Parts: sequence; C-alpha cells; structure tokens
Amino acid sequence: MPEPLLELDGITRAFPGVLANDDISFRVGEGEIHALLGENGAGKSTLVKIIYGVLRPDAGAMTLRGKPFAPHRPSEARAEGIGMIFQHFSLFEALTVAENIALGMAPELAKGDLRGRIVEVSTRYGLRLDPDLMVGDLSVGQRQRVEIVRCLLQDPQLIIMDEPTSVLTPQEVEVLFETLRRLAGEGCSILYISHKLEEIRVLCEHATILRGGRVVATCTPGEETARSLAEMMLGESLSPPATDRRTPGEVRLRLDGLSMASDTQFGTDLDDIGLEVRSGEIVGIAGVAGNGQTLLMSALIGEIRAERREAIQLDGRPVGHLPPHGRRKAGICFVPEERLGHAAVPDMSLTENVILSARMRKNLSRNSFLNLPRAARYAGDVVARFGVKTAGVDHAARSLSGGNLQKFVVGREIMQEPSVLVASQPTWGVDAGAAAFIQEALIQLAKDGTAVLVISQDLDELFAISDRIAVIANGRLSTADPVEELTIEQIGLRMGGQVRGRPDTLGAAEPAHA
Amino acid sequence: MLRLEPRREPSRAMQVLTPVFAVVLTILAGLVLFAILGKDPFRAIWLIFFEPLTQTYALAELTVKATPLILIGAGLAMGFRAGVWNIGAEGQFVAGALAGGSVALALHETAGLWIMPLMCIAGMLGGMAWAAIPAFLRTRFNANEILTSLMLVYVAILLLSALVHGPLRDPEGLNFPESRLFSESMILPILIEGTRAHVGFILALLAIAVAWLFMERHLLGFQIKVQGQAPLAARFAGYSEKRIVWMCLLTSGALAGLAGTTEAAGPVGQLVPALPIGYGFTAIIVAFLGRLHPFGILLGGLLMALTYIGGEAAQIAMSLPSATTRVFQGMLLFFLLAMDVLVGSRVRWIPRTVHG
Repeated sequence: MPEPLLELDGITRAFPGVLANDDISFRVGEGEIHALLGENGAGKSTLVKIIYGVLRPDAGAMTLRGKPFAPHRPSEARAEGIGMIFQHFSLFEALTVAENIALGMAPELAKGDLRGRIVEVSTRYGLRLDPDLMVGDLSVGQRQRVEIVRCLLQDPQLIIMDEPTSVLTPQEVEVLFETLRRLAGEGCSILYISHKLEEIRVLCEHATILRGGRVVATCTPGEETARSLAEMMLGESLSPPATDRRTPGEVRLRLDGLSMASDTQFGTDLDDIGLEVRSGEIVGIAGVAGNGQTLLMSALIGEIRAERREAIQLDGRPVGHLPPHGRRKAGICFVPEERLGHAAVPDMSLTENVILSARMRKNLSRNSFLNLPRAARYAGDVVARFGVKTAGVDHAARSLSGGNLQKFVVGREIMQEPSVLVASQPTWGVDAGAAAFIQEALIQLAKDGTAVLVISQDLDELFAISDRIAVIANGRLSTADPVEELTIEQIGLRMGGQVRGRPDTLGAAEPAHA
Repeated sequence: MLRLEPRREPSRAMQVLTPVFAVVLTILAGLVLFAILGKDPFRAIWLIFFEPLTQTYALAELTVKATPLILIGAGLAMGFRAGVWNIGAEGQFVAGALAGGSVALALHETAGLWIMPLMCIAGMLGGMAWAAIPAFLRTRFNANEILTSLMLVYVAILLLSALVHGPLRDPEGLNFPESRLFSESMILPILIEGTRAHVGFILALLAIAVAWLFMERHLLGFQIKVQGQAPLAARFAGYSEKRIVWMCLLTSGALAGLAGTTEAAGPVGQLVPALPIGYGFTAIIVAFLGRLHPFGILLGGLLMALTYIGGEAAQIAMSLPSATTRVFQGMLLFFLLAMDVLVGSRVRWIPRTVHG
C-alpha cells in the first residue's frame, strides 16, 4: 500500500434523528484512486463535507500527511491541497469560463496569466476548454471540466469527486476516467464517490463501502463483481427484477410534434417531440440531466400548456390545452421528480396531500367542499397497500423518509387507476428496498393495462423495467426502440446528441441546433 | 457557537401554545421595563392586562377596538397563508370607509333599514377596488404587492383628507375638515345600552366563522394553503397562482373595507381625516398572533384591543409615555416570532474546535 496521504480515524457525525457517520476510519494512499461506495443516505456526502471543511465531526480525527487535519472551512482544506468537485456545480452561467475560474480561486492564485494557465492545464489533461466561452453555452460535461480545471489550477494533492458521472454520457465518462488515471499517475490522490458499481470496478484501486453511516467493508473493486459489490453496499442478496414481457395494446398516450420554449433563461427547449405509449407497456426516456426532461414533465403534467392541443393526445383525444386536473380527469396521473415541494406539500398531512392530485378521480370533494374523512381513508389505503412506514395519515409529509414518501406519492397516483402514468425519476434517492418495490409496482401497473412512461437518468433502471427506450438530448427525442435491440453504447451515443441517425456535433463548444 | 437545526416535525401543541408563551414573556419584559422606568411594575401590568377585564364598559370598548382588528386580520391571514403580502390594509380600510361613508352622506336625508347593508356592501367594494390595484400590478407586471399596497395606504389617506376638505365637507360644519355626522339609519345599532359596543362585532364573529369554513373545509382555502407552502405543488395540482392572488387581495380588501365602514358608521359616526389610526397595520400582528388561524385571530384581536385600552388607561393613571401601547405590541410580535423559531428549530451548542 502506498504512503497514506489522508487518514480518517473514528469520524462520527450526528444529525437530528440520524447518525450520518458512525466511527468511520479508512486511509487514502498517495496517488491512489479510492472509492467511497454506498447507497443514497449511506453517509458519503456528510463524510466528504467533513474532509472538505464544510461540516465538522462530532468525534474522531483526521491526519493529512501524518499531521493532524481539522479544517474549519473549505478555504482551509483548499490551502492544504484538497480540491472538491461537487455534484452540483457552482458556476455563473452569464460569466465566461475564465471569469468563473478566477472567482472560485484564492485571489493570489488568480493573478497573472490565468487564461494561459487554463489553456495549458486543460490541454495537458485532455480537457479541451475555451476560456472565453460563456458557461451558459456549455454542455453539462464541459461545465464539469471547468470545475475540474479550476480545481487542478490550485495544485491539489487530493481531489474529492462527488458522483461526477451522473451528468455525463458514457463517452464523456471515458474521457473523465482517462484524466483521473493520468492525475493519479502523477501522484495526486482521488477520493471517488459513487453508487455506480461498474465505474468503481474499472477505475478504483481500493473501495470503502458505507452502509447506514458505517464502514461495512473494504475491498479491491477489480477483484469483485458488480453483483458482489452491490450486495456489500445493500447488505442483502439481490434478485433481478422480473422481466417477462407484456403484450402492448392500443395507443394510450401520443405526443405529436410537441415543441415548447423553456421558461428559464438557460433551460432547454423541447423540439418536435413525438412518442407513442401503448396500453400495457413501459416506455423509458433516458438522457443526461438538463436536456429537456424537466420541461417535458411540465408539459405532460400541464403546468405549462402546449401551443397546439393535438400535441398531447390521450386515447386519441387532444389534451394539450387542459390544465393538470383536467388531464387527470381524462386519465393521466403523474409522479414528478421532486418529492418534497412538488409532488407533496412538506408541512401538510398525508390526508391533505392526497387531495392535491387525487381529488378529481377519487371524489375527495363535493361542491368544492373537501371530504376530509374520505381523503383520510384514501391516504390510509395508500399507506396500507404500499407499505408506507408512518405514524399515521395525519402526520406531515416531511416526517416521512425519502423512500417512504416516494412510495406514498407513487401509490397515490397508481391507486387512482390511471390509463396513463408518467413518472420522472421514480426511484431517485430512495433506498434499495423502496426502489425495488416501486419498480415492481410500475411493472404490475403496466400488466394491468396502464400505459407507463418513465423518465429517468438511471440507465440500469430503464433497462430493467422498460419495454422500449427513447433518448432525450438537447430537447429532442429519439425513436423509442425495444430494449432487446439496444445497447448501452447506442444509448450513450444518442445521449451525446446523435438523434435518429442525425449526428450533432459531439461535445462541441457551440450548442447544436438543427 | 450556537446553531439552529430544523426539527423534522414541529410539535403541534407547541405551535398552539406559543402565543400564550409570547404573552407571558411580554408581561415579564414589561415588568422589567416599568421597574427600570421607576414605576410600580405590578400595578402597570395589572392596569394594562387585567383591569379592563373587570369592567363592563371596558369590555364593551374591547369589542369596539377588536372589531376592525378581527375583520382585517381574518382577511390578511388568508393572503399571508398564500404568500400574498397585503401590507396595505390600512389603505383599503380608508377606501372602504370612504365608499361606505359616501353612500351615507349621499342618502343623509333618507331613512330605512336597507341603508346600512348598502353601506357595508359599498365599503367592501371600496376596499376591494383599492386592493385590486396591487392585485393587477402583481399578476400583470409581477410588481411586489408589499410595496404597492403599502404605498397605496398613503394615497388613500391623502385622498380621504382631500375629500373631507372638499366635496365631502359638512356644509354646516364651520369649514372644519369633517363630513356631516351620519344620521340615525347610517349608524350601526348599539349592542349594549350605555356603551359603544355595536353590531360590527357580530359581523366580525360572522367573518371568523366563514373564514374558518373557507380555510379549513373549502377547496379554495386548501388551494391558498398549498400555494403558500409549496408553489410548485400548487402548479402540479393545477391551481392558478393568479387566481389565488386576486382572490386573496380582493377578500382581504373587502374585509378591510368593511372594517373601515363599521368604524366610520360605528364609534366615529362621520368621516374625519384622523379615521385611520393604524388598525390596518396592527391587524398584521393580530394575524400572526392568531397563527393565521381564524379562531386564533379572534383571540389575537381581543388581546391586541386589550393592550390598546389597558395601555391608554395605564398612561392616564400612571402618567406613562404614550408609546407604551406600541412598545407592548412590538414586544408581543417579537416574542411570538422568536418562539416560532424555537418551535421550528432546536438550538445546539457546537464547540468551536474539534480536538484530535
């Protein structure tokens, strides 16, 4: 094992009601790519925030190059040679690359020929970057390069990367890995945080596996299988989801030339989207975040109305002009991506939260007066059938854990027996048990004849449950092809912009518009 | 280092109890304050908070003061729940008094039971019209209703002043800037003989009952709450934000306008430039003191009226500064908001350094 650069000893940190880190110890060697593997909620983010000086531990100690290390703020960690690439970038879209980089650096480092150094560092590591471009015009992958270059300019000895590939196409991931390997070869250590098993297997030399805030295993990922890693991460044996195919019936949901301008300045417009979803099938929409998924979901829900009413059709009937409750009445139900604040009102009870979207189909009001007993019964039914762990339906949505609230939200929609269900990221950030339960429920719903549309960034999930998969890139949707005919590589190419065989400039500086 | 950490689910019992704690803390702080001023603290607190409750006349005055506070507070709370910050109830109060008062003055030689309801309706329409301006500016141009409604307060007060100096001035009033006194049919009936308690208080109680039904049981009240707590969820459900903004501003405007009319047609009995004495602003405190809940607002309005009456009595009896009442109202709001923070979050002591 190489000389330890960073050593953690008994790091413990509690939050109200949860022990996020419980006596965590491990070491990262010099020039080592070390994986921190764990499910959402396993305590990875808390741990790296402690290393980076954002949070302080309640107990435990760290040493850096043998000396005690207890940063009080990120600037102290940076001064010690620790750099961090966050999952969510901190960039100003209306400023250039060089300006953004200068802003995030210590003033004395930003002096001199910064532009020249940006070009030099970015070419040395194969991260092509034009310092004069506006960040708002860059793709997500390029924005990440800005963050990485900013980090490299500060000459770090340890780079922490928090889920760096969740926003990248498979091809961009390859480029990133090349860079990381080169950095490690030069002696820079990398702490790589992820829950993606394949990536860790090919990239990392050592892995520390967290579950429920504790270190449950350490291993050499290259010697493990994805399955064994997953079992260590989840602490249970996995059974692959049932994959028996359903026979699709008639078309329920049809999108026909759906175009829509984004309501935010740097949002992606929807461009001529066409899709059919049949009764009894699950269609997945894959894509890197920020390629129009949010707007597409808004358009489907009816939060933003389509210009042409025929752009969205339900059972052959145009519904593009209908508001959300009108669409629900017509038979479409929705599970938006954000549980708290979008799908559910955090401080309202579960009873009140079913009124939000089930009032129409479940007759939860009469003459505009709420039927609260009936709503409470329906909420109780959802809780019972979907195994939602809660002290009662009069408790606030906020009091539920992520997985339980997601089960509740999904259950609230499924039990309305819609003819079409649209779900965005239905298992995002929930524990493995709840995720499996929700996927099972979606499959059962399709079996019962509902047309299901799932928008997700999780390719594994889409391949596990979908009959057909389409890819959204830059606001345009590819054809939806049967899963059996698709490979991850093909999906990756489409995610990079090759839609319907019309290649867009891949990873080019200028955003491509057809 | 002290740090606030949000609680997962704030205790409901505590949410109801905070106003009580806030009152207790205000009284305690008041004791200290009077002691520093060299006055007998216990006598002052007795005079302000308890003595008015022992006299019929003072109790009747309590309802007179509480009526506009409750009416306005009930309307404002609706908007506050939706995140619609109507700060200009004082202006809508004046606009309502002007509209209702103008009806009274136009009909001053007629008599009939129908005049009073007509005045009330005119008053509500006047308040609504005044509140419609910020509603339009917000929904059309996204102008902040806090600023527009507040600025319109001063416009309304100047308008009242201009009108009672001009067209509405009493022709037999020796050029004083006051309107004619309202005649018999235009004055709200008195509830208890020998006091000033008038039927406006019944209207306020009615408004509370309707507001409760509306907010807790009706779909529109539900929409208001969703809009205020989670605007994206309101969009998801399909509630129209513009409609909610209009509804909240018009309703609170109407109730403030009604309060203006009952004030002009009740204890004042005419239109005078000094009609607005801050009920529209104090009602904001009342709304929060009452947890934005109709029943709470009823209690909050009565409590706030008590500080008015008791504060006045204490000023006279103990020659206290005239700011006493407002200091107490301010302390009440301060302690209430502070308690709210503690109910929603817990305070943790974090040592500054971690030793390895």
